[in-house]
Amino acid sequence: MPLTVNGATVPLPDDPRVSLLDLLRDTLHLSGTKIGCNQGACGACTVLVDGERIVSCLALAVQYDGRAVTTIEGIADGETLHPLQAAFIEHDGFQCGYCTPGQICSAIGMAAELGRGMPSHVTGDLAATVVLDADELRERMSGNLCRCGAHNGIVAAILDVYGPAKVDQEVAA
Amino acid sequence: MSILEDAKQAVKGAAQAALQSAVQMAPDSWMPGGRPDPLIRERHGYTGRPVSRVDGAVKVRGVAPYAAEFPLDRMTYAALVFSTVAKGRIATLDTAAAEAAPGVVLVMTHRNAPRMQPMPLFMTSEKACGGNDLPIMQDDRIYWNGEPVALVLAETQAQADHAASLIRVAYVAEASVTDFGEAKAHGTEPGQFMGQPLRYDSGDAEAALAAAPHRVDARYTTPRHSHNAIELHAVTVAWQGETLRVHDASQMVAHMAWSLGHVFGLAEDQVHVTSPFVGGGFGGKGLWQHQVLAAAAAKLAGRPVRLMLSREGVYRIVGGRTVTEQRVAIGAQADGGFDALVHTGTVAMSHHNVLPEPFILPTRSAYASKTMKLDVEVAYLDMVANTFMRAPGEAVGTFALESAIDELAVAMDMDPIELRMRNEPDTDPTTGAPFSSREVEKAYRDGAARFGWAQRGTPGSRREGEWLIGTGVATATYPYYRMPGGAARITLTRHGHVTVDIAAHDMGMGTATAQSQVIADRLGVSMEQVTFRYGDSSLPGTVMAGGSQQTAAIGAAVVAAHRALVTELLKLAGNDSPLAGLDGDAVGGRDGGLARLDDPARHESYASILARAQRDTVVVEASAPMPLETMHWSMHSHGAMFCEVRVNAVTGEVRVSRFLGSFDCGRILNPKTAASQFRGGIIMGLGLALMEETQYDERSGRIMNPSLAEYHVPVHMDVPAIEVMWTDVPDPHTPMGARGVGEIGITGVGAAVANAVFNATGKRIRDLPITLDKLL
Ligand code: FES
Ligand code: FES
Repeated sequence: MPLTVNGATVPLPDDPRVSLLDLLRDTLHLSGTKIGCNQGACGACTVLVDGERIVSCLALAVQYDGRAVTTIEGIADGETLHPLQAAFIEHDGFQCGYCTPGQICSAIGMAAELGRGMPSHVTGDLAATVVLDADELRERMSGNLCRCGAHNGIVAAILDVYGPAKVDQEVAA
Repeated sequence: MSILEDAKQAVKGAAQAALQSAVQMAPDSWMPGGRPDPLIRERHGYTGRPVSRVDGAVKVRGVAPYAAEFPLDRMTYAALVFSTVAKGRIATLDTAAAEAAPGVVLVMTHRNAPRMQPMPLFMTSEKACGGNDLPIMQDDRIYWNGEPVALVLAETQAQADHAASLIRVAYVAEASVTDFGEAKAHGTEPGQFMGQPLRYDSGDAEAALAAAPHRVDARYTTPRHSHNAIELHAVTVAWQGETLRVHDASQMVAHMAWSLGHVFGLAEDQVHVTSPFVGGGFGGKGLWQHQVLAAAAAKLAGRPVRLMLSREGVYRIVGGRTVTEQRVAIGAQADGGFDALVHTGTVAMSHHNVLPEPFILPTRSAYASKTMKLDVEVAYLDMVANTFMRAPGEAVGTFALESAIDELAVAMDMDPIELRMRNEPDTDPTTGAPFSSREVEKAYRDGAARFGWAQRGTPGSRREGEWLIGTGVATATYPYYRMPGGAARITLTRHGHVTVDIAAHDMGMGTATAQSQVIADRLGVSMEQVTFRYGDSSLPGTVMAGGSQQTAAIGAAVVAAHRALVTELLKLAGNDSPLAGLDGDAVGGRDGGLARLDDPARHESYASILARAQRDTVVVEASAPMPLETMHWSMHSHGAMFCEVRVNAVTGEVRVSRFLGSFDCGRILNPKTAASQFRGGIIMGLGLALMEETQYDERSGRIMNPSLAEYHVPVHMDVPAIEVMWTDVPDPHTPMGARGVGEIGITGVGAAVANAVFNATGKRIRDLPITLDKLL
C-alpha cells in the first residue's frame, strides 16, 4: 500500500530525513500545510493521517508508507467548502490565515476524537459522554497557536459545526 | 507652498517643533481633513457593515501563497549558521565538510560574499527600512550573538540543514557589553524618536511631587518581547538579468525595493517585491539580513533561492521589543487633580538601530497635570538590534502609567475611573493642540455599564474556593498617524469596474476587505465591481503597514485619486451632461455614476460618460497631501480596558476570566474585521501581562528561549471570550472618519490585568510578566 495524499498516490522520498511536512510543501507543492516551528510546538503543520491529527513536522515521510494523508487542500468537496471552512469565514476565525489550515485540520481530528469518547485534561466525569463545551474545545485546540489572536472566532466556528448536539451525527457519519 | 517643504523636513525630524506651532496656528480649512470626508455621512453603503473577508476562501482552502510558497525552476534551499559570541572576530571558519556534503550548491561566508552596502537604517530616509546598518558578511567582525556567519545552499532543505551543521567556526571574543546594569553604568543618552527628543518638561515636576498631599512613586519593569508571527520570516528570490525578483513576507514592499536596491547598487525599479499574503507581522516583517543574504547567494549561485528562517533563526536575526525600566510618580490634590506627573526611565538598545522603546508616548497626551516630566534614556548593549513591535512605546508605557494611576486611586481611596476622569485634559497636555475627537468618557461609561464595574469589591474580598477574584481597569491609547508617501491609481472601465492600485498590505488586518467597502461607497458601485490590488512594489505609493496608519494612508490616497477621477470625468462629461457646470467638490459617486451631492437627481452613469467620450477606461493617479492634520490637531484613539482575573491562592496561577475593551477609534469601517483586530491586540496584551518574555543571557548576550516551546504565547486555553465595543463616533478630520485599530488593543492590557490581580490579591506586581512565582 503506497502513501496517498488527498487520494493521490505519492512516491516516498529517497532521503529518509525528509519530514512529511517537507514532502508536502517542497516536493508536492501542497503548501497549504504551514510551518511555524518545525518542532511540534505550534500546530501550523497539522494534517490528518487516516483521520487522526498529527503534526507533520515531527513525522518522517518514509514512516507513512501505506497511510492516507489528508491536507487542507483535500478538505473541501470540490468547489463546495467544508462546513468548518465556511464557518471560519463567517466567524472571522483568522486574520493572517497562516495558522488556519492547521486549526481546521486539527478541529476535524479533534471532533473525531470526541466522537470516540476520548476525554481531555478538563473532562470532569470520565465515564460520561463528553460534550464539546467551550472549555473542552479550548483545551483540545491549545496545541494550535494563533498569534493574530483569532481564538474567539476559531472557537465560535468550531462550536458552530461540532458543538453540542452536532458532534454525534457529524462524527458518526 | 513653503509650509509643504517645511513639512517634508519635519518628517525627517528637522525643525519639527517650529513647524508644529505654525501648523497649529493655521486655519482648519488649510489642513487635510479640514473639510470632513463626505463618506462620513454615508450610512447606507458597505462602510460600517460586517462584511466577511474578501480573501477568506483562499485562506481556508490553503491556496493563498505566502513568501516561501512560490515554486521556481532550479530552486535552491538555504540554511544559516549563527555566531555564538556577542562581539569579536571569526578566528577560523571550516567549510570543507559542508562543501563536500551531498546536494550542496554553495557555501557563502565573508570570504566569498559579494560586496554590498549595509542596509539603510529604518526611518533614516523616506524608504529606508533596514533593521540594522551593519556590514553583512563583509568581513570577519561579529557584532551580536546570533549574527549570520555562513549560508549554505543545497538542492533540498534537509541537505542544506545537514551541511550547515558541518560548518565549524571559532571566534576571538572581544570585550562586550551584554548586561543592562553595566550598560547603564557606562552612561545613558537621551532617546530620540522620529527626530524628536523623548523628553518633555513643564514646570518643576519633582518639586510639585514633593509638595503634593497625595503621591505614588514606583518603578516598573518590562522584559524583551518577540513578535512570533506564526509564519517564519521567509523570502524567495531570483535574479532575472539585472532585476531582482523578491517574493517576501513584508509590511513595506516599496521600502523594501528601495532599500534592497541600495544594498546591491540597483535602482528601486530594478527590484520587484511582492507580498500578497503575510502570515502575521506585528512590526517584525521588515528588512533584515536574511533577504540580503538570500539575494547575495542567488547571485553567486546563479539560481533562485528560498530562505525560510528557522524559529531559532528568527530570534537570532530579527529583533523584538526591548527591555524597559520605568519610574512613574504622580502627585495629586485631595480632589484627585494632578499636580505632578513624572514618567522617566531607561531602555536597552543596540548601537545599530533607531528605536529606543518610547514608553512616554502615551503619557504625553493622556492626562492634564500642572507639571510634567517625561524622559527616555538609552543604554547601549551589544545585542541583536531591537525593533518596532505592536504599539512600540504604548504597549509597555501604559503598563507603568496605568498601574501607577491605579496605585494612586487605591492610596486615595478613589474609584480609578473617577480619578482618570478628573484629569481629562481639554487640549493636548504637551502640545496644546485641540483634540480632533476624544470620547474617553463615553468609552468608560459604556464599558463600565456593560462590564458591571459597579459590582467591584475591595482588594482581596472575593473568593470562590481556592480562587481569589478581582477586577481591574486601564486606559488604552494610540495615536492617529498618517505617514507621507501615500499615492493611488484608479482605473475605471466603461462597465463600471473599479480597480485601485496601491503598494499597501494586508497581513490579516482586513485591509483589502475594508478598503473595497469604502471604495465601493466612494465611487457608488457594488463591492463586486471593486478590485483592490496591493502588496506589490510596482504599484503607486509608499505605504507602510505600521503605526496603525494604513487605513488613513490608503484612505487619503484614494480620496486624492478619486478627486482626480471626478475632475477627469466632469471634463469628459462635457456640456451635454446633467452634470455640466458642476464643480468637483459638488459631486460624488452614486448608483454607478456621478451625482450632485445635494441633488442626486442630477446624475450620469460612468457607462454613459465614457461611452459619449468614446473611452473604454479612465486612469488617474494622485498623491495624498502631507499629513499636516497630525500637527494641527491632537489625534488619538482611546479605550477603556476592563479585566476580571481569578488567582489561585495556593499556586499563584492567574486566569483571565473576563475581558472587555471599549474603544473610541472613530468610525469603524468593518465591525467584523475590526473586532478581530481589537481582540488580537488584547490577546497579545494578555501574553505581555502574564507569560511573554524573551529571555536574554546577560553574560553572553544570547537569547535563551528562541522557540515557541519556551517563549509562551497565549493559547486557546488562555483566552476567554473577549468582549469588544466601540463609540463609533467619527473623527471629523480623518479619511472616512476612521482611526487605526491595529495596535490600540495591546495597550492598557498589562495594567488592566495587573490592577485586577491587585484587586484579587492585594499584591501589586510591577514587573512583567506576572508569573505565578511573583504571587506566592
Ligand atoms: S511546524 Fe509543526 S508544530 Fe510547528
Ligand atoms: S490567523 Fe494569523 S496566526 Fe492565526
